[in-house]
This record gives sequence, C-alpha cells and structure tokens, in this order.
Amino acid sequence: MILLNEILSKYPKEQEYLIEILLEYQTSKKNHYISSEDVASISKYLGVPESQVCSVISFYSLLSMKPKGKYVIQVCHDVPCFVNDSTSIYDKLVEILEINDGETTKDNLFTLEITECLGRCNEAPAMRVNNLVYVSLTPAKVEKIINDLRGEKK
Amino acid sequence: MLDRMHILICGGAECKESNSVELRDLFKSEIERLNLGDDIQTALTGCFGLCALGPHVLIYPEETLYSGVKLEDVREIVEQHIAKGKPVDRLLFKGEFDRKKFRNRSELTFFAKQTRIALRNCGVINPLDVNEYIARHGYEALGKVLTTMTPEETVQVMLDSGLRGRGGGGFPTGRKWQFCANSVSDKKYVICNADEGDPGAFMDRAVLEGDPHSVLEAMTINGYAIGADTGYIYIRAEYPLAVQRLELAIGEARELGMLGKNIFDSGFDFNIELRLGAGAFVCGEETALIASIEGERGMPRNKPPYPAVKGLFGKPTNVNNVETYANIPVVYLKGADWFKSIGTEKSSGTKVFALGGKIANTGLLEVPMGTTLREVIYEIGGGIPNKREFKAAQTGGPSGGCITAESLDTPIDFDNLIALGSMMGSGGMIVMDEDNCMVDVARFYLEFTVEESCGKCTPCREGTKRMLDILNRICEGEGTMEDLDVLESLGKMIKDSSLCGLGQTAPNPVLSTLKHFRKEYEAHVIDKVCPAGVCSNLTKYVVLDNCIGCTKCARNCPVGAIEGKVKEKHFIDLDLCIRCGACKTACPVNAISTKPESWGAM
Ligand SMILES: Cc1cc2nc3c(=O)[nH]c(=O)nc-3n(C[C@H](O)[C@H](O)[C@H](O)COP(=O)(O)O)c2cc1C
Ligand code: FES
Repeated sequence: MILLNEILSKYPKEQEYLIEILLEYQTSKKNHYISSEDVASISKYLGVPESQVCSVISFYSLLSMKPKGKYVIQVCHDVPCFVNDSTSIYDKLVEILEINDGETTKDNLFTLEITECLGRCNEAPAMRVNNLVYVSLTPAKVEKIINDLRGEKK
Repeated sequence: MLDRMHILICGGAECKESNSVELRDLFKSEIERLNLGDDIQTALTGCFGLCALGPHVLIYPEETLYSGVKLEDVREIVEQHIAKGKPVDRLLFKGEFDRKKFRNRSELTFFAKQTRIALRNCGVINPLDVNEYIARHGYEALGKVLTTMTPEETVQVMLDSGLRGRGGGGFPTGRKWQFCANSVSDKKYVICNADEGDPGAFMDRAVLEGDPHSVLEAMTINGYAIGADTGYIYIRAEYPLAVQRLELAIGEARELGMLGKNIFDSGFDFNIELRLGAGAFVCGEETALIASIEGERGMPRNKPPYPAVKGLFGKPTNVNNVETYANIPVVYLKGADWFKSIGTEKSSGTKVFALGGKIANTGLLEVPMGTTLREVIYEIGGGIPNKREFKAAQTGGPSGGCITAESLDTPIDFDNLIALGSMMGSGGMIVMDEDNCMVDVARFYLEFTVEESCGKCTPCREGTKRMLDILNRICEGEGTMEDLDVLESLGKMIKDSSLCGLGQTAPNPVLSTLKHFRKEYEAHVIDKVCPAGVCSNLTKYVVLDNCIGCTKCARNCPVGAIEGKVKEKHFIDLDLCIRCGACKTACPVNAISTKPESWGAM
C-alpha cells in the first residue's frame, strides 16, 4: 500500500492523471494488476467514482484487474510479424509454458498474451516481456529467453 | 562540431538491443587505450533506417558506414581506421542491391534516392545532446518565428507550404492552424499525436528516438501560431525508449529556455507535457485521444464540433502527428516555396515509409511525394528476396488497401493512393509476394479492427464481426459465392454509417482485395483451394513433374502420406496429408507446389 501512496503523491488530484497513475502503479507492482482495493484508494485520491476507474481500466488493453505473472509476455500478432511467422513463436510459447492466450502459469511466473504492433515490424517477429521488446525471434531464441527468465527467478 | 573524427553508433531501439551501448563504451576505451586523443567523439545516434543489418557505425568526416558491427570488431576498427585511416573492408556496409561494397553513405542506392526532411537528423546527431541539434540549425526556426513574425504570418507560411498531415488523413496543416487560431478562447492546447498504432509503421518512434527536439520546436511554433501555451505529447506506453528521450529533451529545452517562460525574450510562454497511451488503437483518432488525455475511456465522438473549436477540456485544440511536426522547423528555415518545390502539386514535401514484409531492405525511407512504387520497392527496397514475384503492397494499415503490380508506376501521393482504393495512412508499406494469401491478409486486418473497435457504434461493432465470420468461413473452405456479394454490400454499409474513421475505413482491406484479387477469393469458394498455400484447410500439396525421386519428401513426411520409388516421381495422398509443409521445405528441387497454375494437367 505504501507504494501506491508514494505514486499518488506525485500527481495532482485531477482525473487527467488517472491513466498515468494506473500505468505507473501497475508496472511497478509484482503481479502487474490493479486490485479492487487499489481502485478504491485511487478513486478516493482523485475524487473520481470507483465505477469510472474500473471502466477506464477495462477499456485499455495494457491495464488489468486480474493478477498476472511476474513476466507478462506479449507476442505481436500483427501483419508484418504474422507474415514473418509469429505463429511459430506463439505456438512455441504455448508448448513450453503450457498455457494459452490470456492465461498465467501455475507458478505465477508467466502470463501469455497476444498483442498488436509493437512498432518493431522491420525486425519481425517481435514480442514484449514487461518493458523489454525482443525482436527477430525464432522458436529457438524464444526457448532460450524463457529458460533465462526461469533461471533469473532462482 | 570540428572534432577531427566523429564515431556515431546507431542507438535506435533495434541496434540498442544488439549492444550499441557496449559498443560505444568499447570504442571509447579502445581510443583511450591507444591514446588517440580527445578530438575523437563517440556518440549514440537515432535509427539509421537500415535496421535489419545493424548495428551500424558511421564514421565522419568520410561518412564510412559499417554494418553488423560486433564487440570483437571494435579493436580492428580503432586500430585500422581510426589510428591509421584505413577502412576495414570486411565490415563495410554491403548494399543489398548489388554486392558492391559502399564506403560512403550517400553512395548507397538506399540513401541516394531519398530526400530526408523529417528524418534529417535521425542517425546524424546524438539525440541525447541538444547542442548537436542546435549545431544542425535546431531552434533557429523557433527564434525566427518568435522574434520576426506575427502569429498570423506564422499561420500563413504553413498555409503556403501546402504541408498536409502525415498522420493519415492528409488534411492541410495550415488550414487546421488557421481554424484553431480563429477560435476565440482564454486557453488553447497543442497536441502531438504519437500514438502510432498502424501495424507496420514505426516512423514516429524513429523521429522521437532520433530527433526529439524537432518535435518540441515545432509544437512551440504551433503554440505561438494559434495562441496556445500548453502542449501535450500523447505517446504509446509501448515506446519506452522514445518516452525516456522525450523526457530528457524536454528537460534540456527547459534549461536552455526553449520551453518555459518568455522564450527568446518574446514574451511567449510554452510548456510541454507527456501523456501515455495505454494500449487502445482507437486512441490514435483525435477525439478519442483527447478523451484519453482527460483520463476517460478513449471513445471517439461525433465531429463537428472539431477539436479546433472544442477539444481538450472543452478548449480549442490543434492535433498534429509526429512526422508532420518533424517537417515544420525546416519549412520555416527554408521557406514555404522551397518546401512546395518538393513533391507533387497537391502533396508537397516528402513522406516517410516503413518498408516491411517480403522485401530485401526493410526499414525507414523518406522520398519526395510522387515517387513511384516501383522506385520504392525495386530501387530503394532492393526488390523481393528469393526470386519471388511481387504481388501487392498494402498501405494505410487496417484502414488502407493493396496496390497491385499494375499500379507500380503510379506516383505515390495522398490523392493517387485514394484513387487506387488505398490510402497513405501513416506510411506503413507491407510488401506481399506470391506466398501471401490475400483473403487471409484481409481477414487479418479485419481481426484487428474487430479487436480494436471501441464498441460505441453498431455498424463498426457488429458489422465488422459479421464480415469476419464470413471471411473465416471462406478460409475454412465453407464460403459461397453469395458470401462475396454480402461482403461487398456489408462493407459499403459499414463505411457509410460508422461514427469514426476506424469503422469508416475498416472494410477497405476486404473491399480492395476483393476488387483486385477476386479470382483468389473464387478459388477459395469454388475450387476449395488456397493458391498461396496459406489457408491450411484449402492447401493442396502436389508433386510436379520435375521431381527427381530423391525420396527426401517421403522420409520427412510425419504421417507417411507420400509414396514413390527412388528416381521416380512421388505422389502425395491428400486424404492422409496433414498440410504441415514439411515435404515442400525438404524438396531440393522445388518440385512440390500448392499453386494450382503450376500443377498442369492432372
Ligand atoms: C482509428 C484511427 C486511428 C488513428 N491513429 C493515428 C495515429 O496512430 N497517429 C496519428 O498521428 N494519427 C492517427 N489518426 C489520425 C488522427 O485522428 C488525426 O487526424 C491526426 O493525428 C492529425 O494529425 P495530422 O493532421 O498531422 O496528420 C487516426 C485516426 C483514426 C480514425
Ligand atoms: S507487426 Fe509486430 S512489431 Fe509491428
């Protein structure tokens, strides 16, 4: 809770900062999501109804009220990546993580998502893991990235 | 800037991932180790625009361009080139076009055909140092405007230049400014749209990462022209590097007094803040973007009233795109006439394209309006790799359409692209070859729209879903000829009745492929075949007569669907075949094809 208050105190009490606050808080939080308690605190701080905070969260694909894994993997599935075989990247992730789009692994380490263009099309296929974008992927590279991330946990 | 030598290392996001920071540090320490002196500068710059071959190192004054430089190459470059003046041949950039090595950046076909205005500083200056921007005439335009011109004159130059918005619509920027300048209000806003969401487009990211000050300078000029004192840059959270560089640049500009109070002692105040987008494509639309900055759901609303009358917080607001802004300082420095002399009569200046898909040189390029697609694809882009045939180029992303081989010689500008049934969009250009199925491509773009429709109006929300259902059926092999007609009439209806540009343009990829590639649709519907071999239900692998009977395909088939004796033509049992394509990949002589026209008499 301290964390949220710290972030809130940096912003003026205006609705125009709602999305900034949500993004900053969600990124810094371990499970990358906004809980109902968080919604209540933010709503109180900004003086914006809770229902409105929830409706904003539900609108933007980067915001979530569902807990996610430590690493949120977003595979770009837009056309330039698609024509460069992003499907094989996604399939590989499904195979090694044993989860599908929108799901989280049992150890709460990974969440798999499909996303729109990451602006790295010239080096397709691309995927994003939290704030880092990996490009020119191959199934083998993906396997290595996942193994490295798994290793990092220890 | 009179350093004896300047070593520029591409610090664009692509190259950064392949170690450009370490490269720079290593250059520094090697130069120190050899005691080569302080007059050699090393710096990270913005994207060079040839990302697939990075990381790049550019050495001035000779403009020697090295590509694919690895950490272990640095010592050789420093010892040979920097110390002894002998370029390292092995690492010189190899033009894709002919295999000759290019020593000099301006010799490259890739660069020679280009005119760089918006990208003038990308890859040339260090974006982290405002002094380098200033050394290239940065902030001179702002000084000129604030100290010698009235706001009315400033708007007039924009009108005269003929500059049209690069964010997609191509609306004349001067007219927009004039409209907003004429709105009477105590408070006005300037917004830079950096939400870049079109798949395949990344020029705005390149500008923001490589030359952030040009956007800040232009926004300030914009503020002066319309009477605004506050600017917002609305940027996607997916672009962390651009966000970081913008924050830094805003800090530098404030320190130098290029932002803040009383800029150039003119009495004019201007400040810029960043706002992050949270992953909704529709927020690129200006009214949705405004709602998002206000902290609301990013829903578009009806126009009029236009933002120029009633925009952010209900006040008159001018929205322009990143690339539009990047052009503006140059317009004021060199004059409207100069700008108008480039490009075509109705589309002046240049356009940046992000070339992707089946093309040898992927990356960013900037050409005068009116350049033909042939020049872009074959001369700058280096043609289609693997000896494939050009099939179509998709421009305008999910709002655009495809341009076919017939139109390769049409000069590209805003109006010609619309006449061809496509549009400029933000400048993504995706090249397709014979292995791309156009029905599948259309389906793909529609999936995008269905996903990104904000749901406010029915034609867009429900209509695009219906169209997608039909396309899915066609790709599965269950389409009928009536489906094609329904697609057409539904598409026209959605275009006419949707609320915002998203729905009004969403059917374009389908309508345009239907128009140009109807035969391919019919093959899916009547013959139940996907000629490109993409739709797996409709792909038929057939062994051709040039089979040499090497048995490789049979050995690679996971389900034993291929039969044949050694040195004799093989056959695929289509009932057993699971369409994995392993045989086609394994065949050494290209004797397995999914294309009906190659099957001959069967
Ligand atoms: C669905 C939709 C998405 C859009 N996305 C963008 C975008 O990502 N970037 C952009 O600059 N303009 C985008 N636009 C166009 C903007 O509404 C607006 O016209 C533009 O930012 C104006 O700037 P310009 O006149 O400099 O082009 C989009 C429009 C629509 C309808
Ligand atoms: S399409 Fe994948 S990064 Fe642009």
